[in-house]
Amino acid sequence: MTDARRLPSECRVAIVGGGPAGLGAALELRRRGIGGVVVIEREGEAGGIPRHCGHPVFGWREFGRILSGPAYAGRLSAAARAAGVEIRTRCSVVDLRQEGQVAVTSPAGLDRLSAERVILATGLREAPRSARLVGGDRPWGVVTTGALQSFVYLERLRPFRRPVIVGTELVSFSAILTARKGDMRPVAMIEEGEGTTARWPSAWMPRLYGIPLRARTRLIEIRGGDRVEAVTIETDGKLGSIACDGVIFTGHFLPAAELVRSSHLRWDASSGGPVIDQFGRCSDAAYFAAGNLLRAVETAGWCHREGRRIGGFVADDLQGRLPRPGRLVELERGRAIKLLVPQRIDADLREPSAMLQLRVDRAVSGRLAVTAGGQRLWQRRLETKPERRILIPLRDLPIPREIDRLHVGFVE
Amino acid sequence: MMAKGTVAEGLYDVAIVGGGVVGCAVARRFALEGARTILLERAADILAGPSKANSALLHTGFDAIPGSLELACVRAGYAEYLEIRERMNLPLLETGAVLVAWDEEETARLGAILAQAHANGVTDVRHMGREELLGREPCLSTRARDAILVPGEHVIDPWSAPLAYLRQAVENGAHALFSAPVEGGKFDGVAWSLATPRGAVTASLVINSAGLWGDRLDQALLGRSDFTIRPRKGQFAVFDKAAAPYLRSILLPVPTERTKGVVLARTIFGNLLVGPTAEEQTDRERPFTDGATLAKLVEHAARLIPALAGMAVTAAYAGLRPASEHKDYQIRAQLDRRWITVGGIRSTGLTGALGIARHVWSLYEGLGRYHGALTAPAWPRMPNIADHLARDFHQPGYGEIVCHCEMVTRREIEAALAGPLPAGDLGGLKRRTRAMMGRCQGFYCGARVCAIAQGRLAIPADMAGPPHD
Repeated sequence: MTDARRLPSECRVAIVGGGPAGLGAALELRRRGIGGVVVIEREGEAGGIPRHCGHPVFGWREFGRILSGPAYAGRLSAAARAAGVEIRTRCSVVDLRQEGQVAVTSPAGLDRLSAERVILATGLREAPRSARLVGGDRPWGVVTTGALQSFVYLERLRPFRRPVIVGTELVSFSAILTARKGDMRPVAMIEEGEGTTARWPSAWMPRLYGIPLRARTRLIEIRGGDRVEAVTIETDGKLGSIACDGVIFTGHFLPAAELVRSSHLRWDASSGGPVIDQFGRCSDAAYFAAGNLLRAVETAGWCHREGRRIGGFVADDLQGRLPRPGRLVELERGRAIKLLVPQRIDADLREPSAMLQLRVDRAVSGRLAVTAGGQRLWQRRLETKPERRILIPLRDLPIPREIDRLHVGFVE
Repeated sequence: MMAKGTVAEGLYDVAIVGGGVVGCAVARRFALEGARTILLERAADILAGPSKANSALLHTGFDAIPGSLELACVRAGYAEYLEIRERMNLPLLETGAVLVAWDEEETARLGAILAQAHANGVTDVRHMGREELLGREPCLSTRARDAILVPGEHVIDPWSAPLAYLRQAVENGAHALFSAPVEGGKFDGVAWSLATPRGAVTASLVINSAGLWGDRLDQALLGRSDFTIRPRKGQFAVFDKAAAPYLRSILLPVPTERTKGVVLARTIFGNLLVGPTAEEQTDRERPFTDGATLAKLVEHAARLIPALAGMAVTAAYAGLRPASEHKDYQIRAQLDRRWITVGGIRSTGLTGALGIARHVWSLYEGLGRYHGALTAPAWPRMPNIADHLARDFHQPGYGEIVCHCEMVTRREIEAALAGPLPAGDLGGLKRRTRAMMGRCQGFYCGARVCAIAQGRLAIPADMAGPPHD
């Protein structure tokens, strides 16, 4: 499907990325009566990552039933279209400029689009082999879960038959389901930590499918000529080898923030996404951001609801109900904190649903505290692991007047 | 899958064994001079060996050994690249290089390097001093002590250039035969007959540009070799495009007796690379990387440019340089046996290739053979994939963006699968288009690229299980 029409030169809200978050924002904007909402989607169809994910784990909260990824994606796009959202596929935003000016390329040519507000919802991707510095040969058959899903669900290709799965995040279990769907038999699942990162019930899936789970195991190198032949692993300091014909790197998600990084917007190295306030507003107030671009990684449903929430703030903003940024308090990462979103909050504005989202960088147990100038504003006992969602309701934080910095971290 | 390339027919004036950058450049030179030329490559595409993995620099020769054949070939190759590049639409990223001393001992050696550069005819090389260096490279660690500026060292596209050379050869009548390793050969006093799985090839002259296998080919067909290949591995890490703004020039170290050392440079595709290491390796087939060394390279880069700390790595690779026990190129003609060996092209082959080709041609002329040079040769123009120039996606009608990281269009992929020298395998397709070479390394486009190429390339993926919804 080639959309050869040229883009309009102006719109009220341009949404970059037609996944669950972008479509959520679009739906909310329409519900609030905002016209001129354009979703710019680089693929041939909107829907985002669920489109690539053919097994049923989506949609319970949005549609009241369990759907496959493509069905869920299809419903979201249909709902957005029915609500009057203009979805332009095969259009890629290549440049973000001051005050909502974006450059878009499409098969019809390179265009400039001027939007009153832009919502960035470009999602994320998994860290490939190179980003993990895994050595060895460079044979065919080394993929990420996302790539595997494209092979199996979009192109109906089987890149290998007996892969090793690296990682035990939630997405790693999606890799198992995808492999099974494509008639592949994973030979092992390896994990550097003590046990699976994802929670029950996914954690017993390897056993269910007879896939040996090797904990405390690190992938050292990949061997093979044209194709993968084996991987070298290290368990408790001992080297070993697993014969296989493919490697699936799962998880280690990174926000797809290239547009942000090459733009004037502030970028946060720890979250990998743009710096935002509690309304999803970026350092240029014409730009907002939502979904997994903000932080890795949340479920499609979460991203969709986040998109709706931030779409609502953009509607407020366009309707003159969201004040310009005022007294901004910066948040600092303390002990064991990998990322904090938002990175700054407008202390004078109370938004009852706003949450501080955290991830830890190690398995940790202790007291999670928010402090300001030596004063403890909030604390909670917590035992948690990397990649798990931690939320602090902002309404619970009484921020003193004179404070311009909050510190969030674990204390002994 | 059918092996690509034309079928050998009749008697060739020259058979070139090896489709690395040197083989491609030699094929171009001989074809332009009017010789009936065939290139034999054992892999399914060109650049399957050392030529696919280098630092992609256009060298001036400022640091080459004075009076060496390498220096002469690099100087000639440098000049010819600049002369032909616009005509062939080959890119040039004019970066210049700074050679930086990081301690007292290195500082003391800068004078000799400067003198050698001038003796080598690279007269614009000059001392620049710490202040000027940090002005030019504001992100460089302030530990830098002193520097030399080499204005003429630049960055080029390591894959489009050799492809352009062979393409010009083929468009001017040369043949290229792929999946055709030379398995044997006989010389009858007049011509060679080379045995390949794709049939015998008869030629009046053989040019051995077999790279890592050059000594073995000489041994097998001539009975001896004047040199022994000692593969020297170089590992590289390529940083995300976000790293490129931190460095303007190519950052060179003070070289040691053994190696030019680890370089930091932007790539023509908008990334920043660090490498190569120099490690002896006996295996000639597999230039493998190791995580510990890659991590050291990344740390090294961040010591020199502190802003690179934590920067994502887009790709890591290793190449094997066909070094020998000699420092200089090993280029020899045995005209009584109608054989020219071009060996030991260890690290400057990308720049030297066009000069090497001219040198080899001059040796061949010593045979007294005469061909009429082409009076109006075809000059193919290469599609641009350099990041700093206009790309295909800027022009309407490209179909779809297949690879979003590198903005590779369907039209570019289709073009790379067609034409006189279509991609012979997935690696060749990647090198022609950049598809799957970006920061996601095929997360989005891997499956799509395979689906498009299926039936035209050997794709190591088959159909998935039973149809499903």
